[in-house]
Amino acid sequence: MKMLETRWGKFIIEVVALAVIFTLVQYFITAGIFNQYHQITLTSMCINIILAVSLNLINGFTGQLSLGHAGFMAVGAYVSVVLTKFMGMPFIVGIIAGCLGAALAGFVIGVPTLRLKGDYLAIATLGFGEIIRVILQNIDYVGGPAGVVGIPKLTSWGWLFAGVVVTIFVIQNLINSSYGRAIISVREDEIASEVMGVNTTNYKVLAFVVGAFFAGFAGVLYAHYFYIIKPETFNFLKSFDVLVMVVLGGLGSTTGAVIAAVFVTLLTAVLQAFPAVRMIIYALILILIMIYRPQGLMGNKELSVKILGRIWSGKDGSFEDK
Amino acid sequence: MLELMQQIVNGLSLGAIYALIALGYTMIYGIIKLINFAHGDVMMVGAYIGFFSVSLLGTNIMVAMIFAMIACALLGVIIEKVAYKPLRRATRIAALITAIGVSLFLEYTTIFLLTPQQRIFPQGAFPVHDYNFLGLSVSNKDIFIFISAIVLMIILQFIVKNTKTGKAMRAVSEDKDAAVLMGINVDNTISMTFALGSALAAAAGVMIGVYYNTINPLMGILPGLKAFVAAVLGGIGIIPGAMVGGFILGILETLVSGYGNSLYRDAVAFGVLILILLIKPTGIFGKNTGEKV
Repeated sequence: MKMLETRWGKFIIEVVALAVIFTLVQYFITAGIFNQYHQITLTSMCINIILAVSLNLINGFTGQLSLGHAGFMAVGAYVSVVLTKFMGMPFIVGIIAGCLGAALAGFVIGVPTLRLKGDYLAIATLGFGEIIRVILQNIDYVGGPAGVVGIPKLTSWGWLFAGVVVTIFVIQNLINSSYGRAIISVREDEIASEVMGVNTTNYKVLAFVVGAFFAGFAGVLYAHYFYIIKPETFNFLKSFDVLVMVVLGGLGSTTGAVIAAVFVTLLTAVLQAFPAVRMIIYALILILIMIYRPQGLMGNKELSVKILGRIWSGKDGSFEDK
Repeated sequence: MLELMQQIVNGLSLGAIYALIALGYTMIYGIIKLINFAHGDVMMVGAYIGFFSVSLLGTNIMVAMIFAMIACALLGVIIEKVAYKPLRRATRIAALITAIGVSLFLEYTTIFLLTPQQRIFPQGAFPVHDYNFLGLSVSNKDIFIFISAIVLMIILQFIVKNTKTGKAMRAVSEDKDAAVLMGINVDNTISMTFALGSALAAAAGVMIGVYYNTINPLMGILPGLKAFVAAVLGGIGIIPGAMVGGFILGILETLVSGYGNSLYRDAVAFGVLILILLIKPTGIFGKNTGEKV
């Protein structure tokens, strides 16, 4: 048991666990246990996890309220589709270019807007997200308002899984690095961290660009699974959707974001059966959770094996916020 | 030159509508620092009440507007009491998410009850004819919208400046805790603000029905966002700012669709927003307040 608690031991456990999950799901898909419907839910789930975890870096850890995440997703989706469908490049080129394109958009938008604070920043990012959408609507090369149809279906379970793992791995390591501490200090008290010599603008832009990068990744995966993209798909309601997941999970909790993304996807899938009242129930759940648990499911705590163990033995209810 | 004048005249009525919605946004933001995303949807509910009042009860448009205003004032107060009041001590973002939830709830309940179809505002309620005036053509529709919006703004200005409730509203938005110490009932004042703001939104909703002739359950989203832009443009929390912002935005939008590409019309509002935020984030009428440590 001792060996397993070392750094390497933990690493090996994680790798084994991931490999088991991957093979199991892959087996379910190839054996046909997961039908088309399950696979679509699984795909949305993975895309939502990537979106929620990356937005959580901006909103949760850096404390900068951004409502333009769908815009970056759109940039990633469109850039990659132009490369793969129109120019016939391989998928990996599309992914890299889509992510970099979204990151560039994040940089261009982040540098001027991150001087703003709070609600002003929220509205400015919302505005930029909508501007991206309107611009896409006016580019005839990518179909204008009708969008692009007939995108090759290149997103496989392997890519989705890799996307989720890489996103969580990169963002989690970023948060635990010295950069991450600087980023969190910006959230906790911007003026104090500036006084301590942290270049707050740089760190805000860094978080914004990394968040946009992964939003672009999600966009690429989305475009190459669902066959069609339109500017309307990436309107501000999509950004709200992601924000809802982040706040539901608890701002500043990566595991919370993952849990909330899974929860929201499943909820949407279950509610598909009641199309008439689907959005009403969704809205009510949203309001009720916010009224009774405004800090989200996890607060800013992380769920780990250790905490699970403690809950199991009933020693403490570590879900309570500080 | 004449055409430019014509476009500006056309923009005035749209601007008046934006200004009315923006007033509600700005008052609510001023008093509880919440971007009330449901405001545009309250406007939509107002439009529907006006529509049914005209088409089912056969009232004229003024009565329909008054019905809509009363009903939406109630709706605004209920929304505030049920959804926002429990969150007054919670984080701003939790309140924001709740506002999004309320917005979705209003939209989809309307769709559920009244189908997503758009409805044609009865023409009989408002026979349109154009007047010629110094070579400019003005329809009585525009005159009606413009004048009733101005009248409502004057009434609002009177309430805010010259009544006790108005004084309380200004006091609470200045400093909530000090207002409590002065014996102001903060809860009632906030409810009153929601009632006033929602009533203005309802009036704007009926006007939009007259202006575009059609209403649908999702009609509130875009005008709502644009009105918010107008509020920010004028300086959020400042009442005259919202009026000026609304008119500027309405005229700009009409000019862009008149001279340029109407597809870019929706981008104008956000472009203006970003420009103003980068140049003067506090808005045209806003004062810069120093950062306190």
